[in-house]
Amino acid sequence: MGFEKFGVVSHTKESKAADFVTYLEKGKVMAVSCKKCGAKYFPPQMDCPKCVHSETEWFEIKGRGKLVSYSIMNYGPSGFEDKAPYTLAVGEFEEGVKVFATLDRAIKEDEIKIGMPLKVVAVTLPGEKVSFELKAAG
Amino acid sequence: MQDVAIVGVGQSRFSRNCEMTIKELVFEAYKEAMDGLNMTNADIGASILCSSLYDNQRSAESPVAEYLGLNPQPTFLIENACAASSTGLRVAWSLIRSGLYRIVAVIGLEKMSGQTSREAAEMMGRAYDVTWESSFGLTMPGGYAIHARAHMAKYGTTEEQLAKVRVKNSFYSTKNPKATFKKQLGLEDILQSMPVASPLKMLDCCANADGASMMILARGDVARDIAKIPIWIAGLGSASNTGISRRTTFTSFTCAKRAAEEAYKMAGIGPDDINVAEVHDCFTIAEILAYEDLGFAERGEGPTLIEKKETYLEGRIPVNLDGGLLCKGHPIGATGGSQIRTIVQQLRGEAGEIQVKDAEIGLTHNIGGIGHYANVTVLRR
Repeated sequence: MGFEKFGVVSHTKESKAADFVTYLEKGKVMAVSCKKCGAKYFPPQMDCPKCVHSETEWFEIKGRGKLVSYSIMNYGPSGFEDKAPYTLAVGEFEEGVKVFATLDRAIKEDEIKIGMPLKVVAVTLPGEKVSFELKAAG
Repeated sequence: MQDVAIVGVGQSRFSRNCEMTIKELVFEAYKEAMDGLNMTNADIGASILCSSLYDNQRSAESPVAEYLGLNPQPTFLIENACAASSTGLRVAWSLIRSGLYRIVAVIGLEKMSGQTSREAAEMMGRAYDVTWESSFGLTMPGGYAIHARAHMAKYGTTEEQLAKVRVKNSFYSTKNPKATFKKQLGLEDILQSMPVASPLKMLDCCANADGASMMILARGDVARDIAKIPIWIAGLGSASNTGISRRTTFTSFTCAKRAAEEAYKMAGIGPDDINVAEVHDCFTIAEILAYEDLGFAERGEGPTLIEKKETYLEGRIPVNLDGGLLCKGHPIGATGGSQIRTIVQQLRGEAGEIQVKDAEIGLTHNIGGIGHYANVTVLRR
């Protein structure tokens, strides 16, 4: 349980990584690293395919990132009918992970620049749901 | 070991609404593929259905095989998103090379008209990681648009250059009676169409469609007996890629590049040896990425290829002379087989108005998902 609270549309309910959602509720966006080989995983996964082991630990993505690419979505699939326009983006963070998420609505279209500094933050959604979002970093 | 040839190819008309059952739709492709072959359906050792089954029918391989008269031979389903039927080709090749069968039928199918655009977009959106990607409203255009934006930022690619891909493909679609859209479009039509996922607009995108394709593969000695002009499978390449967050680049599909290298190596040729190609242009940017991933153009030079009309019939490397996915429509499980059909017709010298003179070697590039799966196939006369 836990993942039913995640995202605008939740397709997953159960996961060994459900603590991710608990962290989001506390305002933290977490990734995972392998205790054995140090490999970092985002999206988080509690199993490391490199050493085929499941000894992993959480770490917070709190550093700066930069915008790798984006698209402004003018047409959403079922479940997102009233959300468009929304911007999907990829950010690359100094912790060594990339994050795919929505980009803050408050950023105007002509202010979106590839390479712009970003941070990733936890956000709350209607219906007591949570997610994360990329925002401009000062 | 015996080589493997394609002896028969066919496709149904691709359309927005076929107004028939999936079995009837497949039969349209089957009829064309069997035409002129010195064999009967009893000679087919196994059939492979390639589909994401957007229609209601589950496990469609049984009703389809029954309708085609392919019982009691084994039949099974391959799902590989939009790359399903080229994966089917690869598996059929292996089944023949292994010695299990002499002849295998590869059926491509999708009937998508039973769903609204939003429903289909949602279903297609669940072809990505449902936990981490679909939950943000990722769609197929959105994923490709992220790659388009990255290509524009790195190489200065313009929306006009992207639109020129559609202009070309729409020009050739007027010569394809089986295409969904057969209308010549101008640059402004595309540039002024409704934004879908910036920088992609409606006419930068292909449309969901109903359609079926069929390929019949045979062992070399058998192929010579049953077909007038067998077309030989000279090279096969296949690879996969991660979801969005773990990609190393957004200006290339690494799986397509790897699949191309594998296929060229197996065929003992390079990109300059290809006379005609069909590439997976589900979006205009996808054709530009294909030019570069296949080595038809250097990195960042894909847009120049279309600017200089090098991928037109008269150009250095003609691409998507059947109108491509953009104009034929994209019934996802059927697309790979339709691409192969076009190249087989070219290599047989039966391509009519779009015939590339003396075409000896052809290539198909079939992608699934947002560059998640890639199959590159080299065919030789």
